[in-house]
Amino acid sequence: MTAATMLAPKAPLWTRLPVVHQFRQSIGLQRGMLVVGLVITGVFILTAIFAPLLAPYGYSQLRDDNGTFGAQQAPGGAHLLGTTVGGYDVLSRVIWGSQTAIAVMVIAVVLSIFAGVALGLVSGYFGGWLDRVLVVVCDAVYAFPALLLAIVMGIVISGGRSDLWGGIFAAAISITVVFIPQYFRVIRAETVRIKAEAYVESARVLGASNGRIMFRHVLRNATRTLPLIFTLNASEALLTLAGLGFIGFGIEPSSAAEWGYDLNKSLSDVSSGIWWTSLFPGLAIVLVVLGITLVGESLNDLADPRLRSRRAPGNTGVVAATSVVPGGTLDAGPGGIDGLETGPLAPDPHPNDDPFEAK
Amino acid sequence: MSSLPDVVRIDNLNVTFATDGGAVKAVDGVTLRVAPGEVLAIVGESGSGKTVTAKTILGLLPETATAHGAVILSSKDGADSNDVLAVSKQKLRQLRGTDVSMVFQEPSTALNPVFTVGWQIAEGIRAHGEFTKKQARAKAIEILGRVGIPDPESRVDYYPHQFSGGQKQRVVIAMALVLDPGLIVADEPTTALDVTVQAEILDLLRRCRDEFGTAIVLITHNMGVVADLADRVAVMYEGTVVEEASAQALFSNPQHDYTKRLLGSVPHVGQGTIRATARALAREPGWAAETPVVVADNLKIQYPGRLGKPGFTAVDGVSFIIRPGEVLGLVGESGSGKTTIGRAMAGLTRVTDGSLTVLGHEMKGFKERAFKKVRSDIGFVFQDPASSFNPLLTIAECVAEPLVVHGRAANPAAARTRVNELLEAVQLPRTYGDRYPHELSGGQRQRASLARGLALEPSLLIADEPTSALDVSVQAKVLELFAELQKEFGFAALFISHDLAVVDILADRIAVLYKGKLVEEGTGAEVLGAPKDPYTQRLLASLPVPDPAAQALRRNELRVLRAAG
Repeated sequence: MTAATMLAPKAPLWTRLPVVHQFRQSIGLQRGMLVVGLVITGVFILTAIFAPLLAPYGYSQLRDDNGTFGAQQAPGGAHLLGTTVGGYDVLSRVIWGSQTAIAVMVIAVVLSIFAGVALGLVSGYFGGWLDRVLVVVCDAVYAFPALLLAIVMGIVISGGRSDLWGGIFAAAISITVVFIPQYFRVIRAETVRIKAEAYVESARVLGASNGRIMFRHVLRNATRTLPLIFTLNASEALLTLAGLGFIGFGIEPSSAAEWGYDLNKSLSDVSSGIWWTSLFPGLAIVLVVLGITLVGESLNDLADPRLRSRRAPGNTGVVAATSVVPGGTLDAGPGGIDGLETGPLAPDPHPNDDPFEAK
Repeated sequence: MSSLPDVVRIDNLNVTFATDGGAVKAVDGVTLRVAPGEVLAIVGESGSGKTVTAKTILGLLPETATAHGAVILSSKDGADSNDVLAVSKQKLRQLRGTDVSMVFQEPSTALNPVFTVGWQIAEGIRAHGEFTKKQARAKAIEILGRVGIPDPESRVDYYPHQFSGGQKQRVVIAMALVLDPGLIVADEPTTALDVTVQAEILDLLRRCRDEFGTAIVLITHNMGVVADLADRVAVMYEGTVVEEASAQALFSNPQHDYTKRLLGSVPHVGQGTIRATARALAREPGWAAETPVVVADNLKIQYPGRLGKPGFTAVDGVSFIIRPGEVLGLVGESGSGKTTIGRAMAGLTRVTDGSLTVLGHEMKGFKERAFKKVRSDIGFVFQDPASSFNPLLTIAECVAEPLVVHGRAANPAAARTRVNELLEAVQLPRTYGDRYPHELSGGQRQRASLARGLALEPSLLIADEPTSALDVSVQAKVLELFAELQKEFGFAALFISHDLAVVDILADRIAVLYKGKLVEEGTGAEVLGAPKDPYTQRLLASLPVPDPAAQALRRNELRVLRAAG
């Protein structure tokens, strides 16, 4: 009976990569959402990488060999999406803008993820007064509007009139300050949960040091939900950057293209029937945020066995060993997502029991 | 009676689940019937499909399941019958509660904590007909009284947390009975309860059948419970019914191989006495005078209370010793402090008062740094094999962990040779070292857990309920392995369990804990053969044995004991 459980051969490595794995197990609407999100995000990233090749003009280019572009030219001819009130090519600005957007996302997430995870781990593991102080500080930061913080940062870093990196860092750092509490909260909560798990106690009984327990046993098990916050935060970072640009604390058009700035400058055009200057940068913001959020949301749904949809079975199916996980069924899945998904899963004998604690 | 149709008739039921690994058939062509006022027990180990079969009767399958076949449910008076798999959702709601109802395994989660029990019972009544609040309340009080809740008039307004575990299960049974259904499906109704409480709940269920004329489908893995309550038994294995017989016939003359094996692996009291005596005789003469491995002297452990409230005393003035190479079995019900003692010995819980010496090291006010050296001489086996391994490390890495921590090996790879030896010692193939914990079954994981506990060849092993999460047949094998390893390595052990029969198999001496106090201690023959303390007597008498005839006798003994105590 004990030796009866035969194991399915291990899946090849590429199918176990994060996004590929979720893609393969999704079906129906969930797969549709994921695919749309992935396509939009993919196009966005490729555009950012190949901006110099794709864009017909530079982001601060006002004239070519035939003289100046002219302001507020309608779409068509040499300017596929027209020109702005300042005389820039709209298409080029939109394409170059993706570079700025991606830089802010990467910097904001990288800066916040390390600090947030480290603080959350230490705070959750040791507890005590340090934990209490950090939690209060994080709650206080939550109450702070991100945009206000970003404005302050913008002023501190570059006196309000920012160049490329000044603007990027102003947005990224302000977002970092707001994001650290989010990573902190998630990692702390997971750490507190995992600290009570038997395998951590078992390590303590063995006499393992705190550092070893934290990094070998707790950290890797606590980072399960990070990809989800990661995607959601990336879209929030973009919105903050655009917001900064829109209220006039953005990046000067001569140093980089930025969608929020273009939207701001096109405000007066809207009433005079010039739609192309505001539509395309706005569309770019909406699509990128939508794409990244779709990826995040579908990853979230797929990670949760209760939200994940599956193909309906026919009347055929293997019984025998696959229906038996001796010594426990869903309890047999402490491997988190992995534990529940690889290998044949036994039917839950208590389908009404909550396999995970409420998130 | 015989003119009435069966309350439920299951014909060729198939249930298939959609999982990530493809479709899995959980129930395969099951045909069963339950006559009015009959108790049918469905027994089997985890994954055998017994719970899925029972939940189909109530139409409680999850969305991922597809069922084929027929489940004909008749009302108590036989006037109405429906196929549960075919009726509309609305009709199904009508049937639940009036024709069939359910008693869940865990009474504390089956009740809503923010409503009074009276409200929850009335909710069920009012969902099935016109009742005023007053009438519903009167009915709730009546039914609470009938299931043996004392003073139902005032307790009807209590919240679930104000009841004990056994009383909560009574309330759940009251909820199931209130609309007088013809059938109750009881899914492991006593598994979450202590053995003395279990006996009371089984009595109540028997009264349900006798007084209310309700038929019961009893899902359980405990053969003792089956012998105590069931009229007829269906044994399920891998989705099919392998044997169906009357309780009397099944226990006296099992036909199928699986049933025989299942009955054979049920531990019963008295099994270990001979072995323990043999071990005691084989000891060298000077053995009793050797320095004990563990000495507890008037040990007291208190958990701090909330602000202003006194702390909770989990262990209160317990004294015992464990000599080298001796197995002490610690038995008690939940809340008796047995796990706390084990954790204190491993330095996971602080000692409040008295003295606890482990391998010559005083645990009261101990410093982790000073204790670390002693740790290499202590092994610990946890209750739940599923959660005691880091899910992201392979079994070999987990087993190598103690070797690496104590500097016997530089890294898990260097320790592999030793790990292989250990895996072989616990009868696991070497290749299992490269697997992840979730790829192993519960029994295999508990073997690996033993391997990890023994990696440093400790002189003391603490095993906290190592088999209570396992199926009986797996439990038997793990216990056997434990006994073999103990013989081979000669470690002293503290074996903690709530099950007297399991402790009896392994222990040289048995200590019985009750509410933090040690009520009785002695060899297996002394404690189990002629218990002196009334609590031990009650505990022993409450333990159902897998034999209907013997169990009927024991039931009467218990009644006498209870009346006396």
